[in-house]
Amino acid sequence: MDFNDTPEQAKFRTTCKEWLEKNAKYKDKSSKGDSFANKDLVQEAKVWQKKKYDAGWAMLHWPKEFGGIGATPIERIIWANEESKFDVPKGIFEIGLGMCGPVMMQYATEEQKERFLPPMAEGKEIWCQLFSEPSAGSDVAGLRSKAVQNGDKWIINGQKVWTSGAHFSDYGILVVRHDPNLEKHKGLTFFFVDMKSPGIEVKPIKQITGGSSFNEVYFTDVEIPDSQRLGEIGDGWKVAITTLMNERLAVGDAGGPDVEDAFKWAKTQDNLGEPILNNKASRESIADWYCETNGLKNTKLRTMSALSKGDTPGPEASITKIVSANKLQDIGNFGMDSMDMAGMLKIDNQNIKSFQNAWLGAPGMRIAGGTDEILRNIIAERVLGLPQDPRADKGLAYKDIPSGNS
Amino acid sequence: MNLDFSDDQKFLKEEAKKFLEKENALARNRTVLESGSKTDDELWKKIVDLGWTGIRIPEQYDGLGLGHLELCVIAEELGRYLAPVPFSSSVYLFTEAIINYASDDIKQKILPKLVSGEVVGTLAVTEALMAPNKDNISTNCENGIINGAKIAVPDAEIATHVVVVTKTNKGTSLQLVDLSSSGVSIEHQENIDESRGHFSITFENVESELIGDEVGGWDLYESIINQAAVLFSYEQIGGSQAALDMAINYAQERYAFGRPIGSFQAIKHKLADMYIAITLAKSNCYYAAWALSTNSADLPTASATARVSSTKAFQLCSKENIQTHGGNGFTWEYDCHLFYRRSKLLSLNIGSLSNWKEKLVTSLEQSNIN
Repeated sequence: MDFNDTPEQAKFRTTCKEWLEKNAKYKDKSSKGDSFANKDLVQEAKVWQKKKYDAGWAMLHWPKEFGGIGATPIERIIWANEESKFDVPKGIFEIGLGMCGPVMMQYATEEQKERFLPPMAEGKEIWCQLFSEPSAGSDVAGLRSKAVQNGDKWIINGQKVWTSGAHFSDYGILVVRHDPNLEKHKGLTFFFVDMKSPGIEVKPIKQITGGSSFNEVYFTDVEIPDSQRLGEIGDGWKVAITTLMNERLAVGDAGGPDVEDAFKWAKTQDNLGEPILNNKASRESIADWYCETNGLKNTKLRTMSALSKGDTPGPEASITKIVSANKLQDIGNFGMDSMDMAGMLKIDNQNIKSFQNAWLGAPGMRIAGGTDEILRNIIAERVLGLPQDPRADKGLAYKDIPSGNS
Repeated sequence: MNLDFSDDQKFLKEEAKKFLEKENALARNRTVLESGSKTDDELWKKIVDLGWTGIRIPEQYDGLGLGHLELCVIAEELGRYLAPVPFSSSVYLFTEAIINYASDDIKQKILPKLVSGEVVGTLAVTEALMAPNKDNISTNCENGIINGAKIAVPDAEIATHVVVVTKTNKGTSLQLVDLSSSGVSIEHQENIDESRGHFSITFENVESELIGDEVGGWDLYESIINQAAVLFSYEQIGGSQAALDMAINYAQERYAFGRPIGSFQAIKHKLADMYIAITLAKSNCYYAAWALSTNSADLPTASATARVSSTKAFQLCSKENIQTHGGNGFTWEYDCHLFYRRSKLLSLNIGSLSNWKEKLVTSLEQSNIN
């Protein structure tokens, strides 16, 4: 056991680091958040992405012709590791590069890949993912947006929701129902769509945080050429699953205050004449969070060890979001509690804001990219091998499935 | 980056598993529990013959001269099968005390016999119904003569020797006692997991040999415990995994309302939570194993982190395994209670969960997290 890079990995890390130091600055207290809600960041993010692209860092595991350098999985992690130490805006590309890119790589034609992948990697064109609907969240295959074929075109009508970054996206990947007479999973077809198409309307959703990272996207007689279909007609679910698998890799740790922040705060924050840290209940919570934070960190190191040896990592990383999102919620709560009655006040103090933001934002983290409950189902079924739930909609044509709100 | 065991260590783990499976170690646990024999002498002898008691003992004392990582993989398998043997007492606690702090004379006398099995050791610290600490130890040692009493000493009956934490004129010390010495009396104390016998030991003018010095014995004890916590944690994750495996099997086979109970989300989510707890604990154990094997300055924090997460994992897995089994889980006949008992025993053997949480936060305060 050791935590050292191999000589090749160390060399690669140094190359990453040197380039980053030349082109960006390390994170510090003044660093601003890298959030979808912040529209001002788009231009800045595009500049950064372009810089990366020109130097080969944008999608380093992609083949050269699409702007990558054919990097290995461990090199990708090393890069991400190093980049994460710098104050750079990269969040708005995560869905495009993490989910849309791989799907295009797998299902688009060669011409389409040449046309779309390099601008995606370069940050010139931003992509979003159009899956969830008002009536189809965890049960996303229950979606109802319609696609009707008309010659070499498809006409799309319906509504998508929870679309991160739709308000500044150029393209999107879209799954829709082409035949409601088929079973739920069989009547779906997958496309990519120009977000500037006539008939697409994007409306921001105001979240409980007050910010708007997500949107509703309305489709009214939107035309998509059949050439933008990804996979066969009726293969929409299969293609969507590829994307969702990538989403699970892309959605990891919840950002925000962690155990170190709670610890530091508890050391200095007074309660009944002594620091919160002297309080037995606080100490117990901090011990629990420390075990979780380090459990996740060390799990990542195990995954990296496997990749480093060229092995396939085990399913351990599937626990990341459940653990970190719940911890974030508890830590936010803890920080606010520590100020007793004043904990509710929106005061101009960075620490207090950060605990309050965590408390307000964490409920979203526990839902986005697979709810706690869906993730537990996935662990139980895919990792532990437990049988699937018997489904009330099994064998029914989509149109006959009870929906409760027709 | 290599936070993983080597191929040789993985091979050793596989061999240990095969051996314990072949020896029906889990069934032996039940036999010991039911017969009142307090340990399985035959299994213990076979373990000695395999050389496991000498893993960490240097070759000059007839041991295998291997590292702590080899001990970790063995510990995980012993934990998985709830082996009813004094391995943790003799190997993680007693042997490490001798290797780390005893004089060359004592090492010469004791270590080869630990390898051959002629010596079996344990460690005696607790005296009252509370956590022992530097200030509440009253067992007294003056000029090597011990007077006092210890309780909840694991495996004292099969043990030939014990390291005793005592109070001296100058502070605290660790004393080595041959349990056949005059003035020693050992009495069985019934406990919640009789697959591992626990005993009181009374010392009346008993001769002993000093290990370390007469001042800072408590610090040596703490450091032995910090090391041992990593190995106890490995036993705990082994036991956690076995309890989860048992629950998964049952949830797949048991039907209710016309379907396997494992298809109900109430059961799935319970088992997923067990998997999450085990994964966190296991990853923390890997890191602690690294810290132990390299004698890292981070060991006190790393071992407390492993210990807290493994204790939580085994307690969760053993109790929810019973719950998954429903009424059957509450019967003596099913093995669920063996895991439940062992999880509690292991969680108390080197100090309770809340005290380890406290140790963890104290070590964070002392180290440089700020």
